[in-house]
Amino acid sequence: MLNRLSTHFDFHGEALKLRSERQRVIASNIANADTPGYAARDVDFKSALANATKGLPGVASLPSMANSGAISTTSAGHMRVPTFSLSNAAGGNPTPLQYRQPAQGSMDSNSVDMDVERANFADNSIRYEASLRFLNGQIKTMNLAVTGQ
Amino acid sequence: MSMFKIFDVSGSGISAQSQRLNVIASNLANADSVAGPDGKAYKARQVVFQTQLRDANDQGSAGVRVANVTEDQTEGRRIHDPKHPLADDKGYVTMPNVNVVEEMVNMISASRSYQSNVEVMNTAKSLLSKTLTLGN
Repeated sequence: MLNRLSTHFDFHGEALKLRSERQRVIASNIANADTPGYAARDVDFKSALANATKGLPGVASLPSMANSGAISTTSAGHMRVPTFSLSNAAGGNPTPLQYRQPAQGSMDSNSVDMDVERANFADNSIRYEASLRFLNGQIKTMNLAVTGQ
Repeated sequence: MSMFKIFDVSGSGISAQSQRLNVIASNLANADSVAGPDGKAYKARQVVFQTQLRDANDQGSAGVRVANVTEDQTEGRRIHDPKHPLADDKGYVTMPNVNVVEEMVNMISASRSYQSNVEVMNTAKSLLSKTLTLGN
C-alpha cells in the first residue's frame, strides 16, 4: 500500500536525477573551456529519460534510441568504453554520453563553445526547477489526500 | 546526489583559473625585469591545463588542473642602452620576452572563465537548496 504512494513520484524523480547528472556534465564542459584537446560532452536527454523510466508503472514508453552509442567488444582484451553512469529503473544498460559537434573548430582542438554551454546550463536549470515544481505539486496533492479531515 | 560533484568540478576550474591569473600577474609585474636571481632576463610563463577525471568509470564529471607551468624560451627583445649597468660589450640589454598585450588578453579570458565557474556554482547551490525544501 505504502509503495503505491511513492510510485506516483518516480517519473519526476528520475527526471530530476537525470537533470542533475546533465548539470554536472555541462559544468565539466564549462570548467574545461580552456583545456587544450578537451571534447565537450552532453546527454541525449530524451533517450536517457526513456531508458531511465522504462518499466515504470503508469509511464507510456517513450520511443527509445538508447544504447545506440555503446561500443561492443569482441575480445576480453578490449578496453571497456566508460558510459554514462545512470542505469534505468529496470536495471538495464546505462545511457552513453555523447560528444558535442562543434560549430566552429579551434586551434587547440577544444570543442567547448561557451555560449552553447551557458545556454544549455541555464536551460537545464530551469527544467530542473520545473521538475522540482511538478514533484512538489504531486507531494502536496498526496499530502492532501492522506490528511484526515 | 550527483549535483554535489559540481562543486568539485567548478572548484577545480576556479583554482586552475586563479593559478593562471597568478602567472599572468607575475608576467605583467616582471615585464621590465632585466635581471632575475640568475642574472638573466625574466622569461614569460604559461600554465598548461589538463582534464582531471574524478572517477575513471564516470566520464560525466571532468575537473581541470594545471599540469605544469612552462617558460617561454624565445629570445627577448634587445635594446641599445650602453649606459645600462647590465649592457653587454656591444651596449645591448636583453629585455624579458613578455608580450604585455597578449598577457592582458589572457587575463580577460581567465577572469571570464573564472566568472563562468562561479556562476555555475551559484546555480548549483540555489538548485540544491530548492531541492532541500522539496515537499514543504
